[in-house]
Amino acid sequence: MPLKKIDVENLNLYYSSFHALKSVSLSVAPNRITSIIGPSGCGKSTLLRTFNRINDTIEGIKITGEVRIDGSNIYDDGYDVDALRRKVGMVFQRPNPFPLSIYENVAFGLKIHAMASGAVLDAIVEESLKDVLLWDDLKDKLRRSALELSLEERQRLCIARLIAVKPDIILLDEPCSALDPIATLRIEELMVELKKKYTILIVTHNMQQAARISDDTGFMLLGELIEFGITSKIFTNPAMKQTEDYVTGRFG
Amino acid sequence: MKSKKILDTVIEKIIFCCGILAIVFVVLIFGFLLKESFSFFKDYGIINFVTGKLWYPTSAPPRFGILSLMAGSFFVTLGAAAVAIPLGVMAALYIAEVAPVSIRDFLKSGVELLAAIPSVVIGFIGMVTLVPLVRTVFDLPTGLTAFAGSIMLGFMALPTIVSISEDAIRAVPWNYKEGALALGATRWQTMYRIVLPAALPGIIAAVMLGLGRVIGETMAVMMITGNAAQIPAGIFEPVRTMTATIAAEMGETVKGSMHYRSLFSIGVILFMITFCINFIADLFLHRMKR
Ligand SMILES: Nc1ncnc2c1ncn2[C@@H]1O[C@H](COP(=O)(O)OP(=O)(O)OP(=O)(O)O)[C@@H](O)[C@H]1O
Ligand SMILES: [Mg+2]
Repeated sequence: MPLKKIDVENLNLYYSSFHALKSVSLSVAPNRITSIIGPSGCGKSTLLRTFNRINDTIEGIKITGEVRIDGSNIYDDGYDVDALRRKVGMVFQRPNPFPLSIYENVAFGLKIHAMASGAVLDAIVEESLKDVLLWDDLKDKLRRSALELSLEERQRLCIARLIAVKPDIILLDEPCSALDPIATLRIEELMVELKKKYTILIVTHNMQQAARISDDTGFMLLGELIEFGITSKIFTNPAMKQTEDYVTGRFG
Repeated sequence: MKSKKILDTVIEKIIFCCGILAIVFVVLIFGFLLKESFSFFKDYGIINFVTGKLWYPTSAPPRFGILSLMAGSFFVTLGAAAVAIPLGVMAALYIAEVAPVSIRDFLKSGVELLAAIPSVVIGFIGMVTLVPLVRTVFDLPTGLTAFAGSIMLGFMALPTIVSISEDAIRAVPWNYKEGALALGATRWQTMYRIVLPAALPGIIAAVMLGLGRVIGETMAVMMITGNAAQIPAGIFEPVRTMTATIAAEMGETVKGSMHYRSLFSIGVILFMITFCINFIADLFLHRMKR
């Protein structure tokens, strides 16, 4: 791997007394899609959510170790969390557009960070919607409520809302689990398209999905990162017995 | 087994009767109000009644214009809204979104306690503390003014506004907040750009219900607002509300007289106003539930 975009070193996370992440270390390269797989409850979401510190609000949480993004530890005292979240965007399992208009959804991040206004704002909204292939369908409906959209469109809108603020990294937590298979395939195509500009991490239950789109894959079990490497190797020739059992469907 | 079934049907019947009875009472009350007021409107004219500025029910000839009383109610309610809405919504936001659990519970019981204080007590406290204060601070001939009444009534509307707004704010899906935070919004930005707009229907309903209580309130306003039946020139003038008029004069009237029936007519107008307010509140509550 050439460069490290995200570098996790000996990360431990506790929900009160529950040890949810156990000494996780990994490095993520830029402009690649990295997927995290593993059985339910193994800590995939928890790991992903440490990268934008959206876990911070949970009561009783304790985190040790380092997560370095572009070289600086995001858990250092005084690290600017709002700036981090602009840089590291997140797409959730249930599409969660705001109860605002389509336009306001995409403009939201730009407005709160005072990044653009007026014609520039309009242009970025357009560009972002084009990037997620919604522009042609929605260009005449920008003032409509985002809650009128289909699930797939909502998820695309959530992605558009992210890329409008020009993040570096996009985290996706089972982004397709609410979608039908065709919509899933189209979102996957979108992700492959987006990796030219962004570093993408995706948590998925769907092993075919991980195999189809990701360059690297990590397998987690009970809070530990069992194995991490090139996707084809994880799926065809894993080093660890547990990984092999999981990817061949013998458990999980 | 069989006796259980009989018990079941009996209880069912009793509950049914209670429900019907409640409706019957409402209809009876309303019918009574309408009967008295219709005969008054026939004698005096509804237009004269609502547009007349003078309320001299005992002079000869008597004048029954309630414009000044409506203005009194309106002023006091508006003032109460100005006090209660910002305070109530902020408090609700704080309780729902900011306060740690221990403080939240403490504040919520405080708000409930405020709702439990009888209005005479609020009126009394206002009379001995707020009224003299208003008089000295603003250098007025009397502290019994629309201003003092508004503040006291604002406090009476607060519990309703706080608790219903708080419900509405807490009902905003966590999803939305998470989405905003994940975009780098601060907690405050999340609150006023996402949470407040999403909770707005519920907050409007809360305000309506709170103000409905204010308009119908009698005891406290009678004690604090000065009871001068005149269209106030400003908030530092004594006013008299519709409710206070009914309460103060009902005891002196002869049953069936013009004056007696005019008070019922004020009741009808009041009923229509509160009905409208509650109706609007209901609309918004339903919108919130959707
Ligand atoms: N807020 C929390 N408080 C306490 N325990 C939690 C919390 N969130 C998650 N956990 C626990 O941490 C473990 C990991 O949860 P996590 O959501 O990261 O799993 P996951 O791999 O994403 O599972 P899934 O595939 O079902 O989404 C689980 O055992 C879960 O019960
Ligand atoms: Mg998960």
